[in-house]
Amino acid sequence: MDKYETHEYDVVVIGAGGAGLRAAIESSAAGVKTALVCKSLLGKAHTVMAEGGVAASLASADTRDNWETHYRDTIKGGKYLNQWRMAQLHAQESPDRVRELQEWGAVFDRTREGGINQRNFGGHTYPRLAHVGDRTGLEIIRTLQDRGVHQGIDVYMECTIRTILKDPDGHVSGCLGYWRESGRFVVFHAKSIVLATGGIGRCWDITSNSWEYTADGHALALWAGAELIDSEFVQFHPTGMVWPPSVKGTLITEGVRGEGGVLKNIDGERFMFDNIPEMFQGEYAETEEEATRWVEAVVADRRPDARRPPELLTRDVVARAIRREVRAGRGSPHGGVFLDIASKRSAEAIKRKLPSMYHQFKELANVDITTDPMEVGPTCHYTMGGVRVDPESQETRVPGMFAAGEVAGGMHGANRLGGNSLSDLLVFGKRAGEFAARHAADRADLTAINETEVEERAAAMLEPFGREGGENPYTVHEDLRNMMQDKVGIVRTEEDLVSAIEAIASLRTRAAGVKVGGNIQYNPGWHLALDLDNMLDISEAVARSALMRTESRGAHTREDFPDSDEQTWGQQNLVTCQTESGVEVQVESLPEMPPELKELIKD
Amino acid sequence: MNQPTTQDVTLEIFRGDDDGGEMVEYTVEVQEGMVVLDAIHAVQAQHAGDLACRWNCKAGKCGSCSGEVNGHPKLMCMDRLDNYEAGETITVRPMKTFPIVKDITCDVSWNFERNAKIQTLQPRADTDWQFTQREADRVQEFRKCIECFLCQNVCHVLRDHDRKEEFIGPRFLVRLASLEMHPVDDADRLEQVKDEFGIGYCNITKCCTEACPEGITITDNAIIPMKERLVDRYYDPVLWLWRKLTGKD
Repeated sequence: MDKYETHEYDVVVIGAGGAGLRAAIESSAAGVKTALVCKSLLGKAHTVMAEGGVAASLASADTRDNWETHYRDTIKGGKYLNQWRMAQLHAQESPDRVRELQEWGAVFDRTREGGINQRNFGGHTYPRLAHVGDRTGLEIIRTLQDRGVHQGIDVYMECTIRTILKDPDGHVSGCLGYWRESGRFVVFHAKSIVLATGGIGRCWDITSNSWEYTADGHALALWAGAELIDSEFVQFHPTGMVWPPSVKGTLITEGVRGEGGVLKNIDGERFMFDNIPEMFQGEYAETEEEATRWVEAVVADRRPDARRPPELLTRDVVARAIRREVRAGRGSPHGGVFLDIASKRSAEAIKRKLPSMYHQFKELANVDITTDPMEVGPTCHYTMGGVRVDPESQETRVPGMFAAGEVAGGMHGANRLGGNSLSDLLVFGKRAGEFAARHAADRADLTAINETEVEERAAAMLEPFGREGGENPYTVHEDLRNMMQDKVGIVRTEEDLVSAIEAIASLRTRAAGVKVGGNIQYNPGWHLALDLDNMLDISEAVARSALMRTESRGAHTREDFPDSDEQTWGQQNLVTCQTESGVEVQVESLPEMPPELKELIKD
Repeated sequence: MNQPTTQDVTLEIFRGDDDGGEMVEYTVEVQEGMVVLDAIHAVQAQHAGDLACRWNCKAGKCGSCSGEVNGHPKLMCMDRLDNYEAGETITVRPMKTFPIVKDITCDVSWNFERNAKIQTLQPRADTDWQFTQREADRVQEFRKCIECFLCQNVCHVLRDHDRKEEFIGPRFLVRLASLEMHPVDDADRLEQVKDEFGIGYCNITKCCTEACPEGITITDNAIIPMKERLVDRYYDPVLWLWRKLTGKD
């Protein structure tokens, strides 16, 4: 093979969404040489699609808010499985991270007094989401991008990392990848590596996630010897578009419900009133009249004297309720339910608060949301599961390897609250960058790269070109996605999960034989052929964890074990690692929450 | 449950790179409501796995899938196939203003290099960060930009005259306007806007505004106000004399 290109850095950050950018900014600010490597062009990462807002107890929209309430909401939303220290740091530090963005140029929507406005969202006790209409993610990524570029971070775009390299002591020494454009190989030497690669949604058929979400960082970490935690918890966002087929799964922000939108079945019933779980009894409006009073108060910018509508329950609850309506034959014409904001808010308010939703439905579905309801259904959106990290430093159990953002696990437990992702990636992106830089500064020199290993791995990547008569990688991917949708979706059973694990084994055989045409230059078929390996291993981690957790909790629902089991499963996480025999899952007790924090979550 | 209707669509797609290439015809089956990007994906899955095309969000939010469809600047993810006549062959080419990487992807790195030359927000030292939604609105319009670079692509200064050294293009004049009009910004970028970034090259044909998928009023709201400020500062004889005599701005 041709000699590959090499670069030397103190810190290499893989992924340029919010977490990766924030990590790179912090690392570079600490004075160490920092590279940011991403699969797309800069500014196109998945963060750009975040709509509703970033959760932080700024208390500018409601002075009663504080970090303690944010902590409580997060833990309750996560059904008590969250890594408590991460949830605490997140609640405490997110307000500073948001204010810092403002100082770097982000222009959030304003309150009447001129401060940062905050909107209501599912599971948050107070209006807590700082936002910019329904394009908050774009604002955040652009702000970080401009900040980072001016700080002198070296950005390597359209480059996919395939392998984490380690020295004989087990410390990271760098990573190997390829330029998407030329197909040539590249090695980054590094003292610290930060994984910030996002999620795994492309393993499912109906998803709000883009092509990039192929479980890269989850797999890189697993293969390098790190652990994954909470893999069974995959969030299906309740409101994805369902029609037309082109946009099936495309996200509709929870902000629609935060701004007063209601869910109805084909009979016009607001079914969420019948779906308030026990743990949230007494916290939500019980009649339409009360829910309407709450919306009217919010619209008028008054403090509500009513409880919030049940449409603002946590995402796991709403997604299951929608599925139930559809299964019971009370769904909309295209297999969803109705989300109606037209009868609740003025056309002008809808266009001002939800401009991209208005545009998206008008252009792609011929629906005017200021006059007609939307058809919506659950869509695979986010993985709570991810690489297990130290809560303070975000370091994995592989020395020198860090992880932040969606790729890291623990923070959200069994279910993530809307808005807690953008704050997560800011808080822990910063921490990962800070500790990765510190780690790099403490290490003397870069350690040598094993050239034989690099050459072997690079040669293996080229194998799909040389095969005779193999399958098309797109077909294998499509079959994986349909299988995961069918068997490892919102509601699971032992039978389905066992059959999913068998199906993954046979898909793995097929993936090992795929053939790609053309040459190595900008060849999406080849890239997908390689990504199949990540997606298969991580699909297996999800399926095996889901099989082991014989209860229902948060985003994980077992039809054969419909209840939560507080005594056993409520006290433990599932941890996945790779052994010689493959993907293995083990049970571990939750770390003990300190008494003062326990006090906060008492009812 | 209602089932989607299907039909065949024929596309002619540019295959090649900056050294040349050809238009290649593909026919794929598509479902109702699909967009040009869906058809491109079907071509990749069924006929040409190595067809290079950028995309991410598929909802008009990231600005990755810019191209020229039947000669018009489009985000392919927002361009519905039923905008075209049934049976009509749809041509898809890369943006003309930038070098072609492969097929319908092009090298837009020039934009990133230019952007790095713009001074970021410089908040006033004494600001308390309080400002009204009205003040925010003005800047937020510009910050809607998704960097699809379609405005750069259609700008004749860049497209036909290739003045990339002298002129920064509408995308970055919008960014400059968002900073210059930011309620707490304290920097002054106007001289740079005039000299280094070449705002004078823009002769207000508004092609950029027409192409913008986000509906940003690029020319009227961003470029013209900056041109006016420049005229006031550098070309108003009364103000010039006043400054000369008093030494005041």
